[in-house]
Amino acid sequence: MTAQEILDSLRTRFGDAILDARVEGIPDPWVKIAPARVRDICLFLRDDGQMLFDVLMCLSGMDYRGGKLGVVYHCDSTVKRHRIVLKTEVTDADPHVSSVESVWKTANWHEREAYDMYGVVFDGHPDLRRILMPDDWQGYPLRKDYQVPEFYNGMKVPY
Amino acid sequence: MGLLDQKFENSNIVITSMDNLLNWARLSSLWGMQFGLACCAIEMMATGASHYDLDRFGTFFRGTPRQSDVMIVAGTVTLKMASRIKVLYDQMSEPRYVISMGSCSNCGGPYWEHGYHVLKGVDRIIPVDVYVPGCPPRPEALMEGLLKLQEKIRSESLAKKKSA
Repeated sequence: MTAQEILDSLRTRFGDAILDARVEGIPDPWVKIAPARVRDICLFLRDDGQMLFDVLMCLSGMDYRGGKLGVVYHCDSTVKRHRIVLKTEVTDADPHVSSVESVWKTANWHEREAYDMYGVVFDGHPDLRRILMPDDWQGYPLRKDYQVPEFYNGMKVPY
Repeated sequence: MGLLDQKFENSNIVITSMDNLLNWARLSSLWGMQFGLACCAIEMMATGASHYDLDRFGTFFRGTPRQSDVMIVAGTVTLKMASRIKVLYDQMSEPRYVISMGSCSNCGGPYWEHGYHVLKGVDRIIPVDVYVPGCPPRPEALMEGLLKLQEKIRSESLAKKKSA
């Protein structure tokens, strides 16, 4: 399917959950979706006979500055040989996105990483805790406004 | 150089000082602790393997800190790893020595400014005897570091030095 056909199909089915899209003239066509509907849309993309997106290639956290966080999903179908990028945006005051761990198991560690680095909370994740930083770490290091702490457990952090 | 230079001329008896004997024994069998943290560990493995052959200096790697004399901190010390390194160091029996291998464990290396997760030098948590510069150091450099440590051990003494 072309990206336009995928987008049309998503629009018919999910309507108000499709917030924005760009499918022409760029190498990675993307669709922006509502954070609360991510799981539903991904489940449809995986299971629908025309879609069959069986691989989540990458799940990335984002900081768009100004208190806006995001998650980007790169989906691929090894059966239908097509791809689509899903984007979703939340605020740092309410960083809740529905988890796709139940759709693609790949997402488990990816979502933990996005939570660890950006503080995006994935609702429905079975084990949402830090994956890279120590459990008692304060803050989310890859946010643009992140300040390096002076000390961590008595060890000086800056040079 | 050492103890055995004087051969066993008189009925297999060697007379030497306690310091000499202990230092000779210690520096001739520096067992390393088998753990690596990053790319420096690859060079350390190469140094230990047949081509560079650390065994000829009496150094080979042990799987436990209890049996180790020297800890080669080979790689980036993250803050998460730092507390573990401290525990491992505390588990080593004395006399114990530390070689800091590579820029990362010397001073933070390329992470010195933006490395929110990196300890800027392992000497902030444990005492270091020899620093080996390089990113990563070649096996020759690591061997030089070991030889420097042997030199240092050779000049040790059981008697406490008066503090200046």
